[in-house]
Amino acid sequence: MSPSAKPKLAIFGAASCGGCDVAIVNIHEHIVDVANAFDIVLWPTVMDGKYSDIEALADGEIAVTLVSGSMRTDETIHLARLLRRKSQFMVSFGSCAGEGCIPGLANLSSRQEILDTAFSTPSTDNPEGLRPSWEFGAAEGVLHLPEFEPLLRTLDQVVDVDYTIPGCPPESGQIWAALEAVVKALNGTGPLPPKGSVLGAGESTVCDECGRKRDVKKIGRFVRIQQVAEIDPELCLLEQGLPCNGPATRSGCGALCPAASAPCIGCYGAAPGVIDYGARLMSAFASVVDATEPAEIDRVLDGIADPVGQFYRFSLAGSLLRSGRSAWQSDGE
Amino acid sequence: MERITIDPVTRLEGHGKIEIFLDPDGEVANAYFQIPELRGFERFCVGRPVEEMPTLTNRICGVCPEAHHMASAKAADAVYNVDPPRTAKLLRELLYSAFYVTDHTTHFYALGGPDFVVGPDAPAAERNILGVLAKVGMEVGGQVIQARKNGHNVIEMIGGRKIHPATAVPGGMTHGITEEQRAEIEKIGRWSIDFAQFSLGIFDQIVLANDAYKDMVLSDGYTQRTYYMGLIDPNGKVNFYDGRVGIMSPEGTRVGTYAPAEYRDWIAEHVEPWTYLKFPYLKKVGWQGFVDGVDSGVYAATPLSRLNAADGMATPLAQAAYERFYATLAPRPEAGGKRIVHHQLATHWARLVELLYAAERMVELATDPEITSPHVRTVPTETPNEGVGVVEAPRGTLTHHYKTDERGLLTAVNLIVGTTNNYAPMSMSIKKAAESLIHKGTVVHQGLLNRVEMAFRLYDPCFGCATHSLPGEMPLQVAIRDSEGRVIEVLSQNC
Repeated sequence: MSPSAKPKLAIFGAASCGGCDVAIVNIHEHIVDVANAFDIVLWPTVMDGKYSDIEALADGEIAVTLVSGSMRTDETIHLARLLRRKSQFMVSFGSCAGEGCIPGLANLSSRQEILDTAFSTPSTDNPEGLRPSWEFGAAEGVLHLPEFEPLLRTLDQVVDVDYTIPGCPPESGQIWAALEAVVKALNGTGPLPPKGSVLGAGESTVCDECGRKRDVKKIGRFVRIQQVAEIDPELCLLEQGLPCNGPATRSGCGALCPAASAPCIGCYGAAPGVIDYGARLMSAFASVVDATEPAEIDRVLDGIADPVGQFYRFSLAGSLLRSGRSAWQSDGE
Repeated sequence: MERITIDPVTRLEGHGKIEIFLDPDGEVANAYFQIPELRGFERFCVGRPVEEMPTLTNRICGVCPEAHHMASAKAADAVYNVDPPRTAKLLRELLYSAFYVTDHTTHFYALGGPDFVVGPDAPAAERNILGVLAKVGMEVGGQVIQARKNGHNVIEMIGGRKIHPATAVPGGMTHGITEEQRAEIEKIGRWSIDFAQFSLGIFDQIVLANDAYKDMVLSDGYTQRTYYMGLIDPNGKVNFYDGRVGIMSPEGTRVGTYAPAEYRDWIAEHVEPWTYLKFPYLKKVGWQGFVDGVDSGVYAATPLSRLNAADGMATPLAQAAYERFYATLAPRPEAGGKRIVHHQLATHWARLVELLYAAERMVELATDPEITSPHVRTVPTETPNEGVGVVEAPRGTLTHHYKTDERGLLTAVNLIVGTTNNYAPMSMSIKKAAESLIHKGTVVHQGLLNRVEMAFRLYDPCFGCATHSLPGEMPLQVAIRDSEGRVIEVLSQNC
């Protein structure tokens, strides 16, 4: 196969921490397989590739685009739309693109509150109360900054998405498995996953792949991890009273955190069939509470120190709770 | 007024954009280095439980989550005024040392190395990791991959995951390690010492043996006389995990050291309305703008800065490398008595000295008799209140400052992250490059691109630790505009 006959691959990070890129690099020697299977036209963090090169491509000329990161500025939204137009398959890669991730918690605050906080911290020297300006008239000319959007959006709130690879970041073994499936579909040796599929993850919950023992015990109260002198290395963390998100979270990571005595924080997103992550987790927590009276159940659930953070830690921006898709579909290009 | 826009492709990531304005005579009027993104962690972490901060703040940076995880855990310890058991501290530092080995290795071979090993005059297409491997041997590529794998395996053993570790909590760690894991980590540490020495050898053979490269390192274009910052242990030696922050003047005088909780007495952040990032400076010296020298509060926090701010390295092989570094580049002490290297390109060499220290430190920690103790937690008993945690991130001193209510829910968060420390010195390097290569409206195109690229690379910028650029390629694009803002020429380079 000549290089030009290889399907084109683009990898693009919007507002992100770079962990998704590191996770891709961590497929180690399989990187060579990716380079053999694809003509990589864009991966700004790792290799050259210019914005203008992408604009020059025909619509649909890129076979697959992986987008990590969330939609935080008008510039990233513009680039996501451009890449959508140029790509046959748009893959939402990682938690930020898929559901907003931790930075999605910013949607609990207004844009002004976020800027005000960042530019008035105790070490900030800002007597004039300056804030970044999208258009600033410096002495020598006008300087532009991308506009910080009022809300952080997920990729599928901005463009049509074909597949989703969850995780913060996706585990490297799963990344290779997902890319391999796409490669096979493209060269006709494997089935094309149905549109909307979640790739590179399991079909059950973290609890199902967790090695800890469950005694189906009920708990009288939730505890915070710093209050537990010694975490039992074998017993279910939830049954030890630690708020563990395993019951609502999609499998695929190998239950790494619980294996290290750290509760699941839910980075693989909602388990299959779950419409609202937080609602599912609340009902899972309620079901282990050793109480029947509503008041008593409330008392136990009050032990969750930060309900919105606990139930929507990764999924707030993409949840029904805060910013439904429909709210964003009217302002497309 | 004519303007030149340099857009590291990282435009695609919202990374950084440089605007250079020329005056009517065609000389540089000013240069602006803009960071076009913000995520707002200081706001949305408010209300979260303090024990979650080590995992929440990991998501500031996926390249150095270990730094945020550790600074955050230390800040959370301080919030509860709890002292973790010795083993917990050893484990955190062991994870962190393994991370340093991985991070510095990646930077030297994939990012910084190409400039020296392949050579700044080599065609741009060869100045990448493949060019490095062609020069030093393909088998080294396997070793670089091995070093990365090793580091991430150690991080997973202690931290639970390879990226975004999960196990540091207020008062210690969630779990300890087994003897089998310890033995494996010790083996990796010993391998890393050999690898670091091999890497220093490459620097010797290729850079120090070549007068042209050495002259470039010593050239005025890459020299800045700023203050320097770095964590030091009680003996004044470089430490990545703990200690006091040492401040060295450009004249070789240690102007002071501060405990993490005292950071506001020393550091303030200047604001400009044309960028989302702030410019930290030394409060006691003051903000004088983008200038160096003893009267300007601008400081740098890099591998070179850490060596300058310290009296030496705490391990024997690294100490020998440190002495050789100063004997070669700073034969005479400054007026204040300390030898200081102001040549910014020497940051690459300093990074290798640190690589060797991190590897030696891994072995010291992995062979500590208490490292496999199961006692890794102290349960806090005091009411949570306020705390500051500091570590040395590879890209600069990292400060997390939290205030909480009596339940340990955050009421205020302040973060000064690694790369941010270097925002002013980086901006100055860019302006200096522009001033030396643009005269009477004539732009030395390739020279400007090279200079800006190399000035960037030595800092290993990570915006920001907010957005971020993976160690790898940094292509640049320059648009030259006329006074109407029309693009009259575009040039680009695959760096």
